[in-house]
Parts: sequence; C-alpha cells; structure tokens
Amino acid sequence: MNNLLVFPLLIPLCTAVILLFFKNSVIGQRWISAIGMLFNLAAAIALIYQVKTEGIQTLHMGGWLPPYGIVFVGDMLAALLVLATSIVGTFCLFFAFGTIGKEREKYYFYPFYQFLLVGVSGSFLTGDLFNLFVCFEVMLISSYALIVLGGTKKQLRETLKYILINILSSTLFVAAVAYLYGVVGTLNMADLSQRIAEVGQSGVLNVIAILFMIVFSLKAGLFLFFWLPGSYSAPPAAVSALFGALLTKVGLYALIRTFTLIFYHEPGITHHWLAWMAAATMVLGAFGAAAYSDIGRILNYNVIISVGFLAFGLAVSSKEALDGVVFYLLHDMVAKALLFIIGGMLMYIAGTGRLKEMGGLIKRYPFMGWMFFITALAIAGIPPLSGFTGKLLIIMGGFQEKYFWLTAVSLASSFIVLYSLIKIFMAAFWGAEMKNVDSLPAVNKGFIVSTAGLCLIVVAMGIGSEWVYQYVSEAGHTLINPAQYINAVLKE
Amino acid sequence: MELYMSLAIGVIFTVGVYLILSKSLLRIILGTSILTHGVHLLLLTMSKLKTGAAPLLGEKAETYVDPLPQALILTSIVISFGVTSFFFVLAYKAYQKLGTDDMEQLRGNDDE
Repeated sequence: MNNLLVFPLLIPLCTAVILLFFKNSVIGQRWISAIGMLFNLAAAIALIYQVKTEGIQTLHMGGWLPPYGIVFVGDMLAALLVLATSIVGTFCLFFAFGTIGKEREKYYFYPFYQFLLVGVSGSFLTGDLFNLFVCFEVMLISSYALIVLGGTKKQLRETLKYILINILSSTLFVAAVAYLYGVVGTLNMADLSQRIAEVGQSGVLNVIAILFMIVFSLKAGLFLFFWLPGSYSAPPAAVSALFGALLTKVGLYALIRTFTLIFYHEPGITHHWLAWMAAATMVLGAFGAAAYSDIGRILNYNVIISVGFLAFGLAVSSKEALDGVVFYLLHDMVAKALLFIIGGMLMYIAGTGRLKEMGGLIKRYPFMGWMFFITALAIAGIPPLSGFTGKLLIIMGGFQEKYFWLTAVSLASSFIVLYSLIKIFMAAFWGAEMKNVDSLPAVNKGFIVSTAGLCLIVVAMGIGSEWVYQYVSEAGHTLINPAQYINAVLKE
Repeated sequence: MELYMSLAIGVIFTVGVYLILSKSLLRIILGTSILTHGVHLLLLTMSKLKTGAAPLLGEKAETYVDPLPQALILTSIVISFGVTSFFFVLAYKAYQKLGTDDMEQLRGNDDE
C-alpha cells in the first residue's frame, strides 16, 4: 500500500481544477501550471526511488483487495514512463508559454493540458483493464479539446477525423474488454495473467488478443496510422510536441503491458503478427518520411517509424530487446518532444512548412540550427546520444532471436530517419538565405529553455547510459518475468 | 435469452457501421452513438444474463447478479455521452465554419 502512486494523477488533476478559477489571469495560470508540473516531477522522482528501493508498489483503492477492487501498480516501467511524462510535460509547457497565444490561454488551454497528463499518467499506473480504458478516455477527451482549441479550418476538419477514429477504437476496446470478461471473468491484469496461464491461451483468447492488438495499434499508430499525419499537424507546435511525445507512447505502453503480462503464451501467433505489423509500419513510415518535403509531414512520419521500431522490439520479446524497448521508449518521448518543438519553431519562423521556401537560417538562428542537428543525430541513434543504447539493445535482441530480415528493415529505417532529418537541416539551415531575412521573428525565451533542457537530457541519457540502464534493466526484468508483477499485486 | 441479445447486438452493430460509412456528418455521429449502445449491450450479455437478487448483503438469496458489468456499463455510458455531445458541438461548429457536412468535401489539401 503506497499512496504516492496516485500523486502523478492527483497533482495535475488538482492543478487543473484550480486553474479553472483563474480564467482571466494568464500570468496566474502560467505560474500555477508550472508549479503543479514541478510538484509532479518531484512525485515521479520519489516514486522511482521507492520502486528502486522497495520493489513494485501497489495501491488498493478504498481498501478493496484485488482481484475485486481497483488497483494501481507502479513497477519500474510505469514509474520511468511517468517520470518521462512529467519531464516532457514540463518542457512543453515552458515552450507553450511563449507560443500558444493569449486567446488559447484564456480558453482553458492549461487545464486541458493538465487533464491530458492525468490521463497519460493514469494509463501508465493502472493495473486494471477497464481502468486503462477510462484513463485512455480522459487523455483522449482532453486531446480532442487541445487539438481543436483555436478553431481554425484545418483544426476543425482534422479533429472530426481524429475523434471518429478514436471513438471507433474505444468502442472496439470496450468490446474486447467485454469478451475478455465473458471468457475469463476478471479484468485485473495480474489476475488475468494468472488465470490465462492456468487455462492456456487458446482459440477464443487468441482472437481477443488480436482484437486488443488492433485497438492498441490504432491508438499507437502501429500499422493503422493513417489518421496520424493529418491530426498531429493540425494543432500549434506545443500541442503537437506533446502529442508526438506522449499519445502514441501510451498505446505502445498498453501493447507492451498486454503482450508481456497477459497474452504472452502464444508468441507464434500474436508476436508474429506484431513483428510483421512493425515491419510494415517502418517501411511505410520510411516512404512517407523520405517522400515529403514538408516539415510537419516528415516529423509525423518519424513518429510512425519509431512506433514501428518499438513494436519490433516488443515482437522479439527477449530480455535484451525488452530492455531496449524501455530505453528507446524513454529516449523517444524526450527526443520527439524536442524535435517537434524545434520543428514547430522552424515553421513559425519561416511562416511555412515547405522546405523549398526555406534556406540559410543558420546565420540568424545558430542555436536552433545546431540544436536541430543534435536532435537529428540523437533520433537516428548516433553513439554518444540517447537513441543509440536503446537501438543497439533492440537490434542485438533481434539478431539473437534470429529475426534477420526484420532487423535489417529496422536498420534501414534508421538510415531513412537520418536522411529525412538531415534533409530538413540542409534545406532549412544551409543554402541561400531567405529573401525577407530581416523581418523574421526572434526566438523566445521559453523555446531556448525548453530545447536546452530537453537537449541536456538527451545528451545525459546517452553519456550516462550505464546509469540509466540499471533502472531500465529492472523494468525489463519485470516485463520478462510476469510472476514478479503478479506476486506484487495479488500476494500481499 | 443470450441468443436473442446476441442477434440484437449484431443488428445494432450493422446499423452503426452502416451509418458510420455514410457521408453525412450527422449520420456518422448517430452511427457512433448506436455502436456504443451495441457495445454496452455486449458487455451486459457477455457476463451472462443471470436471474438473481441484487448484489446486496442483506438479500439472503441463492444467486446474485454480477455487479461489475453494470458498473463498467455505467462508466462507459457516461464517457460515450460526453464524447458524443462534444462531437455534436464540434460538428456544428465545423459546419458553420467549413460550410459543409459532407465528409467527401472535408478531405482538405495542403493549400489553404
């Protein structure tokens, strides 16, 4: 029993409710949300410390013991992801201060932002499938509001499609939960895992597993990603940075959780499917990233490639590969936020997303240019930076488990990532200068603080891989041995 | 009884999917709403339609109804209610601003 587990939900929730009362004071809202984020950060760090020293933490809501009550579980994976969420949330918030605009700030931008974090952290911490659905919905409803806030034509149009896709996938989610409850008679993840291990994962349970795979793949943008490029490019940069960093990762987390804890008995069926979907995602994402010459599109297809790569690690499912997945997931959350922030700023400065109309920005914006270069290297996985270790572990796992073709595809997709990002760097920062250079706006303080902070984390995670790895390895250890999780939840 | 319920759920799903595949935004929203109704019935049916007493301590009955699916359905209804109303407002706003409720014309292009 540990009450610390609800703090990552409770703090943003309370912050959001307080924020509702300060509609007209923009400065007040900024201060309150920043302070709330710092508290959240502190809670996440405390949670990691506790998980490290005392093992997996659980909280039984209202004193109802599992499998009957709602239970919150913080294992190392969840704790690390919560920390990454609050880090990304904090820096995107700093970036939002200067760029989101007074009008949006007045119409409850910050409360929605906090509610989104409630949903994301809740999805990571819950130990119950239906509760996962509820947290998903909290996150999605706030994301609907954030994506449409401002109400430009493009936003309205893309939001309609985004909502429709997500309602459909949520409906399928409830249907899958209904089937699972009908077959197994419980929704607590630890209990589910135990009971499925007893009766064996056969016939109908495989169908349910695949239904869950479809649902979570829709949310994660794995193979079924056709909604993603449009909807992520509609909102302003701070919001799409948050989305690119967090939303698909929640879907991936759900995939990881269900296919390492619950449906891990028939890897020949489920994990095989995952592997091929991952390969298709990487290939299609790579085509997209290589083909377009529009910054927004390229960044969105980069999100898709990394989702494919992570799913490949999950499909391999050895200790090495799962360690790699956790490491890469953490790296990707930070690096994607950084990439979207810089990309968004770039589009704002140039007034366009098209690479052909840009050029020579390095002279006026050297900080931004080199920051983008570092980010591109980090995302492609060049050694001293954070992407390398995760990528190395996943690829090592892939070779050890003899997935040669898929490993080759994932390596090739890394080249495309590097190519597409360097394409942006070359076109936007080098070459002939843009015509109206003198009228270009300056970068604001929030941008510098948030990119410098995130960049520092990317570098630190790369150089201090060994130190980060001890935490990641513990998370991987729990993933590969579901018994640990089950014991922590059910036997107390 | 479960058989009839399953058939009804199948019909509801068919209607919902049919409506979602149409062009008009209003029909699509109604389709999602009907689809969620189908899913709620599915939740109810999957836990077997037992005839038993209400799950309260003082009832002293032989069999009790499983309360969990009902709690789940209640939660799900609330969520789908919220989302549907948001969707309606959004559709209205989009209709005002974009001047159409035809999904074919909402495809959009890069030049705006």
